[in-house]
Amino acid sequence: MRHNQNHLHINRRDILRAGSGLLIAFASGVATAQQKNTPQIAPGKTLKADEVDGYLDIKQDVSVIVYCGKVDLGTGLRIAIPQMVAEELGVSLQSITLIEGDTALTPDQGPTAGSSGIMRGGVQIRQAAATAREALITLAATQLEKQREELVVENGRVMTMARDKSVTFASLLEGKPFSLKIDEKVRLKNPSSYTIVGKPLPRPDITAKVTGKHPYMHDVKIDSMLHARVIRPGAIGASILSIDDASIAGLKDVRIVRIKNFVAVVSSNEWTAIRAAKLLKIQWSDPASLTGHDKVKTWMQTSFADNSNAAGKETLIKKGESGKALSDSKTVLSATYYWPLQSHASMGPSCGIADVTKDSATIWSASQATHRLRGVCARILNLPTEKVRVIYRDGSGCYGTNGHDDVCADAALISQAISQPVRVQWSREDELGWDPKGPPQLLEMRGSVDENGKLAVWETDMWLPKATASLPNIPLLGPDAAGISQPQGLSTGLITQNAHPPYAHPHLNVTVHWLKDSPLRPSNIRAPGKIANSFAVESFIDELAASAKRDPLAFRLEGLADPRGRAVCEKVAELMGWQSRPSPVNSGHQGRGFSYVHYKFNETYVAIGMDVRIDRKTGSIHVQRIVCAHDCGLIINPDATRQQIEGNILQTLSRTLIEETTFDRSKVTSIDWQSYPLLTFPEVPELIIHLLDQPHQPPLGAGEAACAAVPGALANAIYDACGARLRTVPFTKERVKMALEKGSA
Amino acid sequence: MPVYHLTVNGEKRTVESTDPEQPILYILRNDLSLTGAKYGCGLGQCGACSVLVEGDVIRSCQLTINQASGKKITTLEGLSQGDTLHPVQAAFVTEQAAQCGYCTNGMVMNAVALLAHQPKPTQDDVKQALVNNLCRCGTHDRIIRAVLRASGKVLP
Ligand code: FES
Ligand code: FES
Repeated sequence: MRHNQNHLHINRRDILRAGSGLLIAFASGVATAQQKNTPQIAPGKTLKADEVDGYLDIKQDVSVIVYCGKVDLGTGLRIAIPQMVAEELGVSLQSITLIEGDTALTPDQGPTAGSSGIMRGGVQIRQAAATAREALITLAATQLEKQREELVVENGRVMTMARDKSVTFASLLEGKPFSLKIDEKVRLKNPSSYTIVGKPLPRPDITAKVTGKHPYMHDVKIDSMLHARVIRPGAIGASILSIDDASIAGLKDVRIVRIKNFVAVVSSNEWTAIRAAKLLKIQWSDPASLTGHDKVKTWMQTSFADNSNAAGKETLIKKGESGKALSDSKTVLSATYYWPLQSHASMGPSCGIADVTKDSATIWSASQATHRLRGVCARILNLPTEKVRVIYRDGSGCYGTNGHDDVCADAALISQAISQPVRVQWSREDELGWDPKGPPQLLEMRGSVDENGKLAVWETDMWLPKATASLPNIPLLGPDAAGISQPQGLSTGLITQNAHPPYAHPHLNVTVHWLKDSPLRPSNIRAPGKIANSFAVESFIDELAASAKRDPLAFRLEGLADPRGRAVCEKVAELMGWQSRPSPVNSGHQGRGFSYVHYKFNETYVAIGMDVRIDRKTGSIHVQRIVCAHDCGLIINPDATRQQIEGNILQTLSRTLIEETTFDRSKVTSIDWQSYPLLTFPEVPELIIHLLDQPHQPPLGAGEAACAAVPGALANAIYDACGARLRTVPFTKERVKMALEKGSA
Repeated sequence: MPVYHLTVNGEKRTVESTDPEQPILYILRNDLSLTGAKYGCGLGQCGACSVLVEGDVIRSCQLTINQASGKKITTLEGLSQGDTLHPVQAAFVTEQAAQCGYCTNGMVMNAVALLAHQPKPTQDDVKQALVNNLCRCGTHDRIIRAVLRASGKVLP
């Protein structure tokens, strides 16, 4: 299989305009074996998401181009999607070339977000492939004078069962497109006969990634491209009081681009641009409008209560009479949990290239939503959407909306201003300081257990920033600074899900206290909201179990009817050698914890168990082993799935143990890897991952779900080890010590 | 413009830089089109920009062209011979030890340097050797396995 990701150097004149406004890219510059195979794109190709031709182009040489609106964010889609197509269409994997996230070539399948790459994107393309196969069989039946039932597909051919007659897909199509709507009810191949789906095939881009040949967004070069650095304000919301142009007079080959409060320095040499950005003296105002990270937790409740920041209270779920049931209960437990603001913290700061001319624009981007970004750029540049093309190139992992969209807007604004292609590379400080942040979450739980030790009542109250309805995109930094109007509001992802237990509960209430504003510009960050919610739910379930002196796993299983949910829980128990007993154990330093999540209550099932050791003197937490059982339905590629789960677990371990975006009244102060540290190698525990394959179930996502089970299992293991209950993330040494002293922190 | 001479991946190269303080990361990536080394922080904190200088692993964002002048530099691209991968690279492929792969250059270069000094490291040695190399995707476990595999350890 080839993947069309190899244009290291793109000549502007090689971007040709073809019929129906379609742009065609040919590679030039460094020629690689793959590059020579860069496919010729048929002019007039449809981009319609409901048509077979939107996704599939079968060439005369029986190679197949697959056009995919979803992109591989380091997540393995680049192998999984071709596996699905090859299997369903009846072609070899080697014959497939995948093109991802190019707005001129691929249908809009929505952002690659919410763990939807396979579950939605892949399933849609699989339907296209099945529709195509059925159409090819029909054509072959006429040509070979056979009944459809007598024919099978294999290796790009339709053939008789006896293999005595066959015809290639290409000759059946005679160079014509399918011109067919995708049949949503099309017959799909029986999973029992799969030969490609379900195999742990290696990802096609790894060799290039380990040899330095993989062309990342950061490595793209365009003819006559200039390098720019944007100088972000000294404080959030600041405006320019003065710029001292003379401060960079000593540097040659630099120009300043200023549009209101948007300032950039541009040079043909990247290092010169970096130096200029450092040297340029700008005086900014300081609105000092921020809350400060240490006040957010209190501010969320008080600013709702005093109405200064309230956007209404909403009951999301109501079952039975929880209020009455609680007041009738002998003992009621309550606890408050807090999840702080966090950065996506991508390893590579965001990078984008824009080539804006008078009447069109081409943008190279690592955005997880190239189609959405296209509309945004068109608005910013005041161009018709069809005149803007966004081409996806791999970035550094983004885990949600990081700075990828912002940096493209930066590049677009500068390129438009100077009529030359511009590459903007954010700095480390830009990325940690200015990427949109995962929003803070506050949850208050109340509950009780009946005299039989069963969960009786549950109430969740959440304080959350309210996402703005139908906001097309997060408001981007560049246009805001440049005074270009764009829809304003908050974007958070779906952050209310998984806020109540998946276990039987006679009385339940889930209420959200919506906040009008969030302390820093929010966006979706991996498994939006579900991590904090599951942390609170799975911790509180443990607190209830402990109060009833019940084994925490037995307490859960008692109220869990879903057999797939039970299966993941029991698998983890088996792999851990779980002994039934209540928490905490008497050791004082060695413990185990458990957590279970049914993602969004209708997707992937995950159970996680952890072994930890606590150093009571220093407060340090040593996670020794993490065991995970995972059921995401049909598994397309077990190795890529496993890798996603590993990533989910380790990233969330880092977020739970260490990470918090700090800020003062003016700006973010955690702007490098010392002030925003990540998990390091010595802290990596043993990982045991068990996949429960369900070949006859629909494929679900693996990009997010396991994240949500991590913090609860960790908090519960710490409690089990030493009786200290951690309810505030991150679990710093100071918090552990405080909880050891006071019981909780 | 001042001129500097380097040996990069076995080839003599001459580059120009108006600023003697320019880190070689930018020279490699922009002037020599060797983009294997990545810009991650420019602060010496993440390791994404690692290269070998006279066999030692160095953060190229912290090494100026002036300091690098006259030195032998090996980048990620220089490890493989044509289609034949360096054993560390081959082990990374076998373990599929990259997600986004942005940190991979640093991991591979540091592993090569580690194994040159310590051919049979323990798992803890590997973890310590990579303590200052960051990965956001959570690929750590596979990276550790890949380094052990490259050292000849038989892995289950
Ligand atoms: S880029 Fe050099 S250490 Fe991070
Ligand atoms: S693989 Fe993405 S940062 Fe390491």
